[in-house]
Amino acid sequence: MTGILSLTPQGQPTVLTPQPPGGEDLPRYRAAGGYAPVPAPDRLLERIATAGLRGRGGAGFPAAVKLRTVRDAPGDTVVVANGEEGEPGSVKDRWLLRHRPHLVLDGLRLAAAITGAHRGHVYLADPAAEAAVRRALTERPPEVPVEVVVTEHTYVAGEESAVVRRIDGGPALPTAKPPRPFERGVGGAPTLVANVETLARIALLTSHPDAVAAVATTHLVTIAGPGSEPVLVEAPAGTHLKTLADLSGHGRAPAVLLGGLFGGVHGAGWSDLRLDHDELAAAGGALGCGALHFLAPEDCPVAAAADAAGYLAAQSARQCGVCVSGTRALAETLAAVARCENGEEDTAKLLRWSTQLPGRGACGLLDAAARIAATLLTHFPDRVSDHQDTPCAVCSAAPPLDGNRLVVAVP
Amino acid sequence: MKLLLDSTRCQGYGLCQEPAPGFIDIDEWGYAQLTVTTVPEGSEEAAAEAVAVCPNSALRLVK
Repeated sequence: MTGILSLTPQGQPTVLTPQPPGGEDLPRYRAAGGYAPVPAPDRLLERIATAGLRGRGGAGFPAAVKLRTVRDAPGDTVVVANGEEGEPGSVKDRWLLRHRPHLVLDGLRLAAAITGAHRGHVYLADPAAEAAVRRALTERPPEVPVEVVVTEHTYVAGEESAVVRRIDGGPALPTAKPPRPFERGVGGAPTLVANVETLARIALLTSHPDAVAAVATTHLVTIAGPGSEPVLVEAPAGTHLKTLADLSGHGRAPAVLLGGLFGGVHGAGWSDLRLDHDELAAAGGALGCGALHFLAPEDCPVAAAADAAGYLAAQSARQCGVCVSGTRALAETLAAVARCENGEEDTAKLLRWSTQLPGRGACGLLDAAARIAATLLTHFPDRVSDHQDTPCAVCSAAPPLDGNRLVVAVP
Repeated sequence: MKLLLDSTRCQGYGLCQEPAPGFIDIDEWGYAQLTVTTVPEGSEEAAAEAVAVCPNSALRLVK
């Protein structure tokens, strides 16, 4: 069972507020200050910009810049609440949709007001989330028409160009950029594709103007790893990862997979890192969607890397030849290292691929796989070379499982 | 001028490198890899040839 835990200071509004069975209904959401009259859109946008809210889908792009770009684009615009979280280790988006659908729909309403959009979509794959959103839309019909679009649950289905393609009736697969959705999105219209947590935070900071900065800089984080139950945490930016590890039973972890599978595997020094987009990027990682997977002291980082790369290779959309070949090569070589079947030349290949492959696919999946190899070589060079000489007891006992152990259940 | 590669369209024919070896590499699996994004001064014709020769229209030039 995945738990939930709020680390926000007492009295601060939270998105991770426990809800009764069936989720937050309309009266309860209104009582919490929801669906207040829409403030002047320009002032609200200014408030979001000043607070420094960054997108929570993974890239961490400033929310105000995206909103402003769509607002200033010519012609009709579209807003999309993106609730398809493809990262196996993340549950926050589905938790929000299942338990607080009105909070997300309120954020979508405000995003439509800011951008001048005349229609919206809620994009998701989780059946329980779909039921909750449909119920909420019946309880309070939205001002602008909102359509629920159901997609399949895959690693790439939530990538923003895949979202647009699926809403337009195509497969949920990424397209080459440019154009990006804010330039040409759903039906050709400039489109805001916003992660559901981003929208929830816009709604919450609107109903709590006295806590704007705190709401904008707090994160939902999914924490998992062997030995302890996973937990969905709401924590302020700047929280030390060590604090999060201690609270979730992973205080002795020798390594952590950052950002879902997007931020690589980090060893010694991980405990000094903090929950911060720029700080984690500077450390060669990424906050991504905020999912953290800690390793147990007896785990092998090579096995974890091989497992993660295997998962990504299996989830490649198989559109880009370089991704099919590149992720397969990374995964197979890492698996060979784990099996003690590699030589010096394999390590050299991993190093070369880790620098040559990023940026070459239509989406970030190939970059994620390359970063896993890059960070493994940076943080665990000795563990990698040890595998050349002596079979690793951990890797032999538990061969890579194509990432199934990375999947976390939604609380 | 910028040269853009749609990697979903690149099928690894490898024909694009011939007219533009200075800014297109072919990787170990045969797929095109741009080594620049902005076409070097004086190489516009080579870039246009690379675009034209791709059987799958994976390359394009934008101003």
